[in-house]
Amino acid sequence: MWIYEKKLEYPVRVCHADPQMAKFLITQYGGPDGEMSAAIRYLSQRYTMPTGAAKGALTDIGTEELAHLEIIATMVYKLLKGVPPEEMRRQGLGAHWSQHDRAVYPSDASGVPWSAAYIGVTGDPIADLNEDLAAEQKARATYEHLIALTDDMCLKDGLRFLREREVIHYQRFGETLMRVRDYLGAKKQY
Amino acid sequence: MNDDQAKMLKCIQELEFCAVDLNLFLDTHPGDHAALKKYNQVAEELMTLHKTYEQKYGPLCNFGMGTSEYPWRWVQGPWPWEIDYPAKG
Repeated sequence: MWIYEKKLEYPVRVCHADPQMAKFLITQYGGPDGEMSAAIRYLSQRYTMPTGAAKGALTDIGTEELAHLEIIATMVYKLLKGVPPEEMRRQGLGAHWSQHDRAVYPSDASGVPWSAAYIGVTGDPIADLNEDLAAEQKARATYEHLIALTDDMCLKDGLRFLREREVIHYQRFGETLMRVRDYLGAKKQY
Repeated sequence: MNDDQAKMLKCIQELEFCAVDLNLFLDTHPGDHAALKKYNQVAEELMTLHKTYEQKYGPLCNFGMGTSEYPWRWVQGPWPWEIDYPAKG
């Protein structure tokens, strides 16, 4: 069961509307290394984790990713707010306008819709946790690319928060992997 | 959203962020006394602030995790993505 809390994990500000930046940013909503991929990946992998600590870490990090999904959606919503269709077209969002108006749709920066093919769920805890470590690094790199693409200080602030969370998640997944490895090794020794 | 509500919401965001971060830390360090003590402290403070906020400005959580005055206040805006958050500082 999940309970929605009517608040963002971190306040989202943008200094001005910027449809082009929204187009780049949408990849963290529905792209391969985005927050939707992260949430669905961890929340699907948790069922076959061998220890309580690993089930807990995947449940909790997966849930925090849902909060990040909402932060990205809010950024995109605010970057597109009030932008007229002719401006959307000029900024390379004519295709987005034709299908989605100013709505937030899970796709990557090129418009490719979100796919479960982005995630791996093998049922092997060592393989899954290694995928999660890589996923956090890919998300961190994407946030660094996005920070480099904008001069909007308000937006940069929110993106920096999200980047830092990827670093923390990487750390927690590393600790989880070590503990799971110990647990599986200890089990095999008897 | 008035200044008082915005300030209170920011306090809740700060406290809950502490709770989330400590929670993840405890998942991989379940035997850390100091972190657990801090987590319990933050959780107590957060629960009190949550309740005060909800009494003033309506439910933050639904599905029975809070109560509402008449009429059902859950559907009243602003929703999280509609808020103009005050400048940082």
